[in-house]
Amino acid sequence: MSDKQDVTFTVNGEARTIRVEPRRTLADALREDCGLTGTHLGCEHGVCGACTVLVDDTPVRSCLMFAVQAEGARVRTVEGLADGDKLHPLQQAFWDHHGLQCGFCTPGFLMLAVGILERQPDIAEPELREALSSNLCRCTGYQNILKSVLAAAAEMRK
Amino acid sequence: MVRWVGRPLPRYEDPVLLQGRGRYTADLAQGARILRFVRSPIARGRILAVNAPPEVPIITAAVLGDVKPICPRLDRPDYVEVAQPILAHERVTYVGEPIAAMLADSAAEAEDLAEQVTVEIAAETPVVTLDQALAPGAPLVHDTAADNTLIDARFETPNVATAFAAAHQVVEFEFTSGRQAAVPLESRGAVAAFDAGTGRVTLSASTQMPHLLRTGIADALGIPEAQLRVVAPEVGGGFGQKMALIPEYVVAVWAAWRFACTVAWIEDRLENLTASFHARDQRLHLRGGFDADGRLLAIDADILCNVGAYSNFPATCGVEPLMALADMPGPYQVPEYRARARGVASNTCPMAPYRGVSRPVITAAIERLMDCAAARLGLDTLEIRRRNLIAEFPHTSVTGVVQDPGSYREAMEAAAQIVDFAQFRARQQTARTEGRWLGLGLSVFSERTGPGTPAFAARRMVINPGFERVELAMDPSGFLEARIGSSPHGQGLKTTLAQLIADEIGIAPKEIRVVAGDTDRSPYGWGTFASRSLVIAGGACKLAAATLRERLQAAAGQMLEADASDIEIGDGRAFVRGTDLGVQVRQLARAAYHQSHRFPAIAETGLSAVATYDPYGTFSNACHVAIVAVDIATGQVEIERFVVVEDAGRLINPMIVEGQIHGGVAQGIANALYEKVVYDDDGNILTGSLADYLVPTMAEIPGLEIHHMETLTEASVTGAKGVGEGGTIGAPAAILNAVSDALARFGVGIFEMPITPQRILQLLREAGCEAQ
Repeated sequence: MSDKQDVTFTVNGEARTIRVEPRRTLADALREDCGLTGTHLGCEHGVCGACTVLVDDTPVRSCLMFAVQAEGARVRTVEGLADGDKLHPLQQAFWDHHGLQCGFCTPGFLMLAVGILERQPDIAEPELREALSSNLCRCTGYQNILKSVLAAAAEMRK
Repeated sequence: MVRWVGRPLPRYEDPVLLQGRGRYTADLAQGARILRFVRSPIARGRILAVNAPPEVPIITAAVLGDVKPICPRLDRPDYVEVAQPILAHERVTYVGEPIAAMLADSAAEAEDLAEQVTVEIAAETPVVTLDQALAPGAPLVHDTAADNTLIDARFETPNVATAFAAAHQVVEFEFTSGRQAAVPLESRGAVAAFDAGTGRVTLSASTQMPHLLRTGIADALGIPEAQLRVVAPEVGGGFGQKMALIPEYVVAVWAAWRFACTVAWIEDRLENLTASFHARDQRLHLRGGFDADGRLLAIDADILCNVGAYSNFPATCGVEPLMALADMPGPYQVPEYRARARGVASNTCPMAPYRGVSRPVITAAIERLMDCAAARLGLDTLEIRRRNLIAEFPHTSVTGVVQDPGSYREAMEAAAQIVDFAQFRARQQTARTEGRWLGLGLSVFSERTGPGTPAFAARRMVINPGFERVELAMDPSGFLEARIGSSPHGQGLKTTLAQLIADEIGIAPKEIRVVAGDTDRSPYGWGTFASRSLVIAGGACKLAAATLRERLQAAAGQMLEADASDIEIGDGRAFVRGTDLGVQVRQLARAAYHQSHRFPAIAETGLSAVATYDPYGTFSNACHVAIVAVDIATGQVEIERFVVVEDAGRLINPMIVEGQIHGGVAQGIANALYEKVVYDDDGNILTGSLADYLVPTMAEIPGLEIHHMETLTEASVTGAKGVGEGGTIGAPAAILNAVSDALARFGVGIFEMPITPQRILQLLREAGCEAQ
């Protein structure tokens, strides 16, 4: 394989420089080079969305992006959501409303929802439903994920 | 006193998962050598050579030496035992079968190395479908299994022929279920770590059955089980797929020992969709005889299950055919019954249990039978069910299955009220005049949950699962540890069990830690499957907690100079009933260990208790109602409304129960409308990605309305019934009946799942209805 190269970006507000092969995905770089295993890999072909992170505040499939493409970017992962011991309103809502079961898709859904609500705090339910249909969950039938995100949206608007 | 059972308590499992701190198997692979498999690209053939460049050391069957194959057994003359090699040698039997393995420092390097390995195979024509496998003179998947039949079970009551002869109406059809995959969001994986100090290997694996995995691997490697520790860390869903022993885990453990290192195999999605396990590839030929009043006189069923290339361990390939055979009558009184259930081998991925096991298919078939008979007899769909549902309990079914009290009819009547059938029929009429085709479908079913050893012994399993053992130990700080043999993978079992134990012992659930999924820490148990964990592990928890409570009462009695029978415990305090004389449980715990001389009358020092629970099993039941709109121009089915009236007995944590129903119904809808594993004629899978295998998103799953009934059964010591699979079992029938109701005007009935838009259009065309 071709030589490794340096990539510099911020992850959850912290500046990082990692040395990776050009073929390394952002997901693998986060998990293996940054030790942030909260970002999960469900399919590695861009369908399930378990690996969703925010790159410059936009939700992306980190399995479909090379780490080198994140040069200079601001990356946010599930590990950066809580403020110390205080859960982010979305995390709290998922907890209160049973928005997770096995928890494997949860980090992806949280980051997707953060991206949506930061951009559209007043998003209407039909539009939210459509936006959240980007990701797959196999446990919850999506009922409580929707409920959690709606509850968090209300909380975040306060 | 605070009571915890019945509360929608948020789960103790969640905070760690919500912060991305949960440790799933792949998260434990840091620094491990990465194991990669070379898999067969051919469905059937003879292996001529496995070629690798000298710099790529590969593990083959020859390298594994005397590692034993996986050989699941049933103690039945109608079952043919077949052995699955850990790595294929001589022959390959399905696309994806592992042939060789290699280790590298990273997943990317391992894939690079695997690409340098070539396998020469003399390809032969595979048998892929049931028809191909059963055709006269078909090539045999296993030489020992004539007619490619691995199991051929039969059941017949004496008067089936007479009953059919006397029948006023006989309804007969063929019902087909497409092959489906469980698709847990976390694929399977293993991290096997050799410890030079102890000489043991610790296998962390995404499994539902850690103890059985330890047994299976120890048997394959010929080692004592004490040499191996199996840990199920956070498990990202399983739905049955993660019950079985798989060759990949055996190789991972073998390699960790052989190379004295840590070895990780993390399954990718292609491997998961093509080479893990499939399910529900079934065809039923069903006949039902009814009298003039619509009473079912007899059922005759020919059940064919395409079980793929091998039998899974420990459930075996009998799991689908035998479940279908035994549970076909479901919630109905069936006086006469004849069935033949076959498991048919093919050159496809093996079958394993998947949420519901056969019952989503047989329930759909039986519920279609009811609707068809109702139409023939001019009866209402509710009325025909009223006339056939079991109403007296306990009920011993025609196959000898004992059904404990439930609310079969009451749940249906409640659902009918909630939906208001009459109002729907009026709306349906109006919609028709506007060219919109609405349909209402009903599904009434019972679900066998929490089966113990008597239930599985009836299936004649050699490895006969069922009991659960629980060990409770209160430490000197008054904190309780509950070690369970069951192994949850996302259900919230730890929270639920903590609620149950808390009420028995009188402490808060947050002071109880449930330890599961570690063979070094938890008693030998059977893991999680068959909607069993709450019923059986929960029952054992309650029994053990009652014993521990007595210990606490005895100790408190001595400390407070009162009779133990006068001691009550609640809110973390033991006190003499009717007085303010009391002691904190944590003080009691400390004294029990550090001041044991104060309790001369108590023989056993410390505070611990064990219990084993092994029930027959208990039946939960439900009624699902679906209202759909079918677009006859596109074949699209839209679910307008989906109502569930569920009876899962006593609800320990209603929020978790509803979560189980939600997820189950979503998988049932997926089975009914979307998901199908597709093979081509050569046995290649055409649905090897999640872009092709259509797991529904939030856009496809409607809002679900859930209502509860609570029949308190004595068949479960907690009063709770299992609820893990019911959603999946009931939903397809409701959808299929609803689509059939919508299309009844065109003479189209649905007898297959999934029913896709293409198939709906094709059926409409065949019925002479041209769209638009």
